[in-house]
Amino acid sequence: MANSIEIKNVSKSYGNTVALKDISLSVNSGEIFGLIGPDGAGKTTLIRILATLLLPDKGSAVMTNYDVVKDYKKVRSSVGYMPGKFSLYQDLTIEENMQLYATMFGTTVEENYHLVKDIYSQIEPFKKRRAGKLSGGMKQKLALSCSLIHKPEVLLLDEPTTGVDPVSRKELWEMLKKLKNDGVTVFVSTPYMDEASLCDRIALIQAGEILGIDTPESIVNSFDKTLLSINSSDKYKLLNDIRSYEHCNSAFPFGESLHYTDKRTSFDIPQIYEYLRNCGNTNVEIAVIKPAIEDCFMNLMVGE
Amino acid sequence: MKQFRAFVIKEFYHILRDYRTLLILLAMPPILILLFGYTITNEIQDAKIAILDYSKDATTSSIKSKLLAGNYFKLEYELNGLDEVEAIFRKGSIREAIVFESNFEENLAKTGIANIRIIADATDPNTASTLLSYTSSIIKSYLDEINENVEMPYSINTEIRMRYNEELRGAYLFVPGLITVILMLVSAMMTSISITREKELGTMESLLVSPMQPLQIIIAKMLPYLFLAIIDAVIILIVGNAVFGVPVRGSVLLLMVEGILFIITALSLGLLISTITSSQQVALMMSLMGLMLPTIILSGFIYPISNMPQIIQWLTHLIPAKWFNLIIKSIMLKGAGLDILWKETLILAGFAVFFISLSLKKFNIRLQK
Repeated sequence: MANSIEIKNVSKSYGNTVALKDISLSVNSGEIFGLIGPDGAGKTTLIRILATLLLPDKGSAVMTNYDVVKDYKKVRSSVGYMPGKFSLYQDLTIEENMQLYATMFGTTVEENYHLVKDIYSQIEPFKKRRAGKLSGGMKQKLALSCSLIHKPEVLLLDEPTTGVDPVSRKELWEMLKKLKNDGVTVFVSTPYMDEASLCDRIALIQAGEILGIDTPESIVNSFDKTLLSINSSDKYKLLNDIRSYEHCNSAFPFGESLHYTDKRTSFDIPQIYEYLRNCGNTNVEIAVIKPAIEDCFMNLMVGE
Repeated sequence: MKQFRAFVIKEFYHILRDYRTLLILLAMPPILILLFGYTITNEIQDAKIAILDYSKDATTSSIKSKLLAGNYFKLEYELNGLDEVEAIFRKGSIREAIVFESNFEENLAKTGIANIRIIADATDPNTASTLLSYTSSIIKSYLDEINENVEMPYSINTEIRMRYNEELRGAYLFVPGLITVILMLVSAMMTSISITREKELGTMESLLVSPMQPLQIIIAKMLPYLFLAIIDAVIILIVGNAVFGVPVRGSVLLLMVEGILFIITALSLGLLISTITSSQQVALMMSLMGLMLPTIILSGFIYPISNMPQIIQWLTHLIPAKWFNLIIKSIMLKGAGLDILWKETLILAGFAVFFISLSLKKFNIRLQK
């Protein structure tokens, strides 16, 4: 299958701040590719380079066979881009924004209505409302509709689900799945690790570096350590104690509990239990759990 | 073309829906005219003067009564000695003192020469020079009268006539000047803000990743403000004519064409500002400090360029508003046509072309330089 996006050794700095370090990755045509990492990891910079809005310091990127620097005009007409910040006209209505974007790309809303129907029909009852007065989820649905209306081959989405309620998040992802079935390549960034499993392949990015690229399953399967979930009455004390444990590899708070990996390849859980008890922790509970993407991310971060 | 039209319509929506700004833009011209018309004025009315008459004869008293006959001067003090003049000026209420020498009538009759000393408070030089010319023209007209009865009238007729604005009406000066300033304000400031707003709100990001050409974006941004600026110019012309009787002696069509040329120059200046700034506030400050102040001070709108130091006079050549101010004054007050104004028009057109191509070149097709 042909590659829709081909990024080779891209680096980018803002003054002394390094945003991207020697990034290389390729996205297959017709897949949902997730760029997953925390705020400030370089996700937006990478997407903006692909959207021809920024120039890479080093390296090159090719979108649908067009170079993002040399053939930026061709890239611009074949790409749908949805910036992280809501970037439609707040003083125009839903309908006016849609028509403006359709006309700007030389098409009409009617012509490509089938592409956006699923998502646009949800906000269409409010089409006379100004975009500035919409809720977060509705804004993102409108922005997605506008970036889709010209039938792009590749869709670049910068954190489309940030600031969106859980129901709308789910709907947005279902929409992306449908687009994929229509043959659109989707490149999406998100800080939410739980969305990783919704992508065909993901790249974990941290501090401008790719930690790993694979399918979500393979990334989870590559987790080669025993992961423990530890709980006790005083979580703060527990975290400090376990981190000062001599065999501790990593320990991160995860919601209600603490996720722990050990440096040793084989070890006894009672031994850890004993250690924590001796430190004065009460109600200590330890269980072996299956790792999630977030654990893999943390593990890869520690490995770095 | 369809893209372009949709974009222009979108710009009109922005302007029409921001009704507060629209109100300011439309209400500002008439308010400014009325403010300037009734407050900042060089016209002389009831200027307080002091008179020191060493002669106190028939001639001096008739000159005095002639001076005080109109509503230009008001006699505040009759002085007895030159030493009092200084003191009375220090008090500040007197604008001018007139001193008749002793034996005034006798000197005039015998030698044909009599002396009057006119002392003016030049802390406000514009008013002072106006006062002086008023006074001397009144004295001249008296001389003309008595010369009629002399057998061999030799009149030194150095008539001072304020051409094109015989009554030295301030409105004649400030209405054209105000059109210049307001066109600059509306065009340059509003376009620079309108583009930086797109940057600030992030809409520029989506706009750039579209097949729209920079030239299309720029012209579409300019059109609505061109339209608005023309409306403003017409409002000022109408109010200036209705309230202050300022005429348009030349061709209205030529005035409009020159106006559009100046608006385009100002719009492209605004564009240039927007290409080098990224926030609305900076754009606003830059247009105010970088464009408005030079326009007001160096265009000849308030301060006559001929009174400026030579270096500053050269500097005014770089101010497009100066050229437009020359053009609009000539058309409105002198009725001049393109045969006289072609040079100024060419210079203005040159500015427009230069600034548009510069801002096109500087227009960022990306989010970085």
